[in-house]
Amino acid sequence: MKAAFFATCLGDQFYADACADAVRLLRHVGVDVDVPQSQTCCGQPAYNAGRRSEAIRMAHQTLNAFDGSDYVVLASGSCAGMVRCFYPDLVNDDPKLAQALADRTYELSHFLVEVVGVQDLGSGLTGKRIAYHHSCHALRELGVRDEPISLLKKCGAEVVTWEADEECCGFGGLFSVKLPEVSAAMADRKLDTLPDVDFVTSTDGGCLLQLSGRGSRRRASTQFRHLASALWEGVGI
Amino acid sequence: MSFSGPNKYPTASAQALKDKPGVRETVISATNIANKKRSAAYQQIDSDMWRNWGRDVKSHVLTNLDRYLEQAEKQLLANGAKVHWAETAHDALGLLEKIVSDHGIGSAVKAKSMLSEELGVNEHLEELGVHVRETDLGEYIIQLLGDRPSHIVGPAMHLSLEDCQRLFHEKFGTPLDGRPEILAAAAREALREEFLAADLGISGCNFLIAETGTVALIENEGNIRLSTSLPRIHVALVGIEKIVPCLEDVSGLIQLTSRAATGQPIGNFISLIQGPKRDDEIDGPEEVHVILVDNGRTRLLADDKAWEALRCVRCGACLNICPVYRQTGGHPYGWTYSGPIGAIIAPGMLGIKEAMPLPYASSLCGACVDVCPVRIPITELLLHWRERAVEEGLTPGIESAGIKAYTKAAERPGIFRAAAAVLRHLPLNAVGRALPILRGWVKERSAPASSSKSFMRQWKDGIK
Repeated sequence: MKAAFFATCLGDQFYADACADAVRLLRHVGVDVDVPQSQTCCGQPAYNAGRRSEAIRMAHQTLNAFDGSDYVVLASGSCAGMVRCFYPDLVNDDPKLAQALADRTYELSHFLVEVVGVQDLGSGLTGKRIAYHHSCHALRELGVRDEPISLLKKCGAEVVTWEADEECCGFGGLFSVKLPEVSAAMADRKLDTLPDVDFVTSTDGGCLLQLSGRGSRRRASTQFRHLASALWEGVGI
Repeated sequence: MSFSGPNKYPTASAQALKDKPGVRETVISATNIANKKRSAAYQQIDSDMWRNWGRDVKSHVLTNLDRYLEQAEKQLLANGAKVHWAETAHDALGLLEKIVSDHGIGSAVKAKSMLSEELGVNEHLEELGVHVRETDLGEYIIQLLGDRPSHIVGPAMHLSLEDCQRLFHEKFGTPLDGRPEILAAAAREALREEFLAADLGISGCNFLIAETGTVALIENEGNIRLSTSLPRIHVALVGIEKIVPCLEDVSGLIQLTSRAATGQPIGNFISLIQGPKRDDEIDGPEEVHVILVDNGRTRLLADDKAWEALRCVRCGACLNICPVYRQTGGHPYGWTYSGPIGAIIAPGMLGIKEAMPLPYASSLCGACVDVCPVRIPITELLLHWRERAVEEGLTPGIESAGIKAYTKAAERPGIFRAAAAVLRHLPLNAVGRALPILRGWVKERSAPASSSKSFMRQWKDGIK
């Protein structure tokens, strides 16, 4: 099975190691991974800011970059959501092409469970207590709720109950810098309800930047790891 | 207090978090309860099906509004009610003023009505020398404090039990640790006299049934029943979007609204008002006036996307679930309707410039879309208004320039990665405060730690 990996702008710069772990993970389960070099940004920052015409240009860049790929896999729920849920309407000069890309684009855990059909990864997370933060876009746009948790559990982790696990972390792209105080209060609500865990994980780098940045400002010792890295650790190689 | 307007939201929300941390605590705990109740109430029914049906009924009405409004007027008149049309808040207050002077009204009792808040009814009546008394317990508390409602359904949601205990201790001498029932009993006793003395009862309207000319009202306290039946004159303030075709529709919508708002299968009291007291009846008002209010609604209806927001049944579920609303409560939004619904109707009703930056007061998490009983596509409409704000040049210049430059770079992968590498190696915690967009980030958070080697570099070097 062949898949093209879309690192995303944020992943390339801030979660590079997690992206590399995602590639390792995909190869480990037998996927032939390619990384098209003309990929940049899916356009979500512009789209969410109300800048449709700029978002369309970035969508075209992405459509060209992944033209001909069997599958496109992202270690990000929100960027995968952008391609899957919003491209077909956004790219109105070629909605068929956009729909075709949408149909073969997957968030990493979604891809592992639904397309690869991963049964077993390893036991590298045995004894680890982990909190999973549901990224809003993975949860509500893609409907990815059980996939990451089942994979973490398969690796031996205990995924703890967390009262605010489905609440927004307050990132929201530009929202976090336009309304920083409200955004930080939203992160505080997450951190204040967090049980004692070895680390917090999520499939979205944006959420992790927000939660770890706020945690660090509050001098909390909580650890944060991207889902791709957590699962690669779970493989235990 | 009076509302400061949506434009002040950024400073008002930051100020609220700083000065009133107790509000955040109270609102989070109250909405936690509301969310649990709604969720349980939805699970008892096929809520997906009900919500689809609710959406369809309301959309049908809005696409045939002229016809239903005419039918409703005809039926109301046939029932003996008087019908008035108000295009603006000013017109509505003028009509109310005329009723007050025609009937020599000295005192009024009010049932909870967000439309009356929107119009500024209390202030206006007081200026005319009319004694006005709110009779919903939450609204009563708000009125005693000289405050404003912070939530569509729970106007006093931002107040803690202690706040209320202190207020009632001062006003009625109840003990400082008086249980809620004791406070409610004190209010009931004080309000009973007001009900008996009032010449005028003012209510809102949950649904106006076109086929029968019936004003339908949902409540839990019984104050609406008293306000609309004891005084000799009843005025119902009705937003033109409140119309539904027939009684059967209302029987479903009342249940759906109750489940979404308070998690009840149905409100404790349902009033179906069919005109004034008839000759053979003992109770009821001598005159019923229905004021049909536009005040920006047709402007919202004319928008090819945002008209869907007019389906709103004012249940407050989107406020309860909204993580943005929950941090501050409703006051920082700066006008009558707060939370997600407020943010999508403000640009249509007030004007996009006047409503800024409310369409941006959302992380687009979509939790509201999951709970809306009439399936208003709230996140889509937030994006719709953001696009309009960009078109009208209402967003900061630096943001516009930044996104344009970013897009240009994104179309040239080599430049994109070179620029990202420069940014990545800046000491962001130190210089972030001087950079326009990062400033907001480092104000509240540590700067992100960049990867020592970008993913693309790692890929080129070979991933083992």
